[in-house]
Amino acid sequence: MFDDNKIEDTIKIEPFWEIVPAIEFQDVCLAYDDKIVLDHIDLSVRRGECKIILGRSGGGKSTIIRLILGLLKPDSGRVLVDGEDITDYTEVEMMPIRQKIGMVFQEGALFDSISVYENVAYRLREQERDEAEIDREVRRMLEFVDLADAVDKMPIELSGGMRRRVGIARALIGDPSIVLFDEPTAGLDPPTARTMCELAIKLRDLQDVSSIFVTHEMNNVTNLCSEYATVSEKGEVHFEKEGDKLCLINTEVLMMRNGQIIFNGTDEQLQASDNQYVKRFIKGER
Amino acid sequence: MLAFIVTFTERFQLVSPKGLMNPFIRFVSELQEVSLLIWRAFVSLFSKPRYFSETIRQMDMIGVGSLPIVLLTGFFTGGVLVLQAFPTLQYYSIQNEAGHSVATSLIRELGPVLCALMVSGRIGAAISAELGSMVVSQQIDAMRALGTDPIRRLVVPRITSLVLLLPLLTVACDILGLIGGGVVASTIYNQDYHVFATSVRVGITTSDLVSGLIKPIFFGLIIGSVGCHKGLSTSGGTAGVGRSTTDAVVIASIWVIIFDFFLSKALQYLLDLGQL
Repeated sequence: MFDDNKIEDTIKIEPFWEIVPAIEFQDVCLAYDDKIVLDHIDLSVRRGECKIILGRSGGGKSTIIRLILGLLKPDSGRVLVDGEDITDYTEVEMMPIRQKIGMVFQEGALFDSISVYENVAYRLREQERDEAEIDREVRRMLEFVDLADAVDKMPIELSGGMRRRVGIARALIGDPSIVLFDEPTAGLDPPTARTMCELAIKLRDLQDVSSIFVTHEMNNVTNLCSEYATVSEKGEVHFEKEGDKLCLINTEVLMMRNGQIIFNGTDEQLQASDNQYVKRFIKGER
Repeated sequence: MLAFIVTFTERFQLVSPKGLMNPFIRFVSELQEVSLLIWRAFVSLFSKPRYFSETIRQMDMIGVGSLPIVLLTGFFTGGVLVLQAFPTLQYYSIQNEAGHSVATSLIRELGPVLCALMVSGRIGAAISAELGSMVVSQQIDAMRALGTDPIRRLVVPRITSLVLLLPLLTVACDILGLIGGGVVASTIYNQDYHVFATSVRVGITTSDLVSGLIKPIFFGLIIGSVGCHKGLSTSGGTAGVGRSTTDAVVIASIWVIIFDFFLSKALQYLLDLGQL
């Protein structure tokens, strides 16, 4: 009755061990003159995973993000995005790769001369999308970051937290499969910083987005590693603590020091680490 | 090229341990970077995407925005030329040639150069400060991250606008200069206005006009490329923006004056401008 070979041809289920990571670094090194910024870095971000990169300022955290976007090139090693080796890509070749990636900058990096609406619409305008679609998507994203009222404001009129949230809306428009957060909570008050983490959790749990969250604040690690988002029957988003019912496996912590990875694992493993530097960092000591 | 110079200077010990040749190497390196920027901007003209609305916005800022200072510069330069030249011409009894003298000086030299210097001060500084601020606030990185080439989006519209509009501003400057000269000749030296106008009409040639229109094209290219290069290579926060802005104006002004000499010589040869 059925042709088994035909079924094999049409249905191809990728075995889990062959799933290509969203981001992969293979023995990446980078130095500015004599200063080593990244020293033989190997890392991998699975699909739907949130990788928190932790470390002091100047430890090479943001450089990793710039390498993924192709804003910098490594001195040696390979950088892969969605299985595609982008190490030697030119600026033109990087453009389609960047369409898959959303980037949230430290200070928002909004374009000062255009409104919030135009900032968020920027990527879709570059892709010459239909005006009605742009309008729909911009309003959807601004609602996602709870800034629907700020649509006609100029960036200069926004507070620091609002600028970051507009930055997130701009990064998320076009539904990128990878989102990079470069210290999005730096300099923000704790409630606004928590809002940033909640946005990252929503992306991770509800939209299956792979992300890298660069930070030096342990509060963010606690929030991201211990909470998950669910949607109620009414469509409302709720945040719940992991516990007996569920243990989060889609968030990992990676700690960097002087361009090297000194820890890679879950937050529980981080708390139990014997490394003296890690212990001091967690306690906030020098 | 740079590698060759470095090797050459090392081999022949032109570089002291303290790096006395650094300014020279830096100059060659910057020249190379500006040339590459111009080339990339030129190549970008022939493929999509093109940013026409941004080009129009820049034209408005560069053209309409610079018009008042250019007109004022032209009017008073024409006036002062007559003010200084008229007594000498009168001494030799050739005061009727005042219009000719002013027109030649203005259209060949002073109009293009002064207009370029004024635009360099206003627009070169503005371009460098704007792009520099965008660099230090990560807006350029954000632009690249969103899939836009900053050369196409920012550099091409600015250089294009300057190359197209500086000749037009120069024409406006020349016209106001001639009017200024005429006003001074008629009001201070009581020369009949028709005598001045006839002297201008008879004095200027097509070669003068062509020469006066070719120079601003190159000056526009210099101001735009130096301003964009300095802006995009800004580093060191807000203090760096200040440094880039100053450098952009100083370097563009010096290059305008140096280029003017070589362009004048080339145009003298090509358009036979050697004789009055």
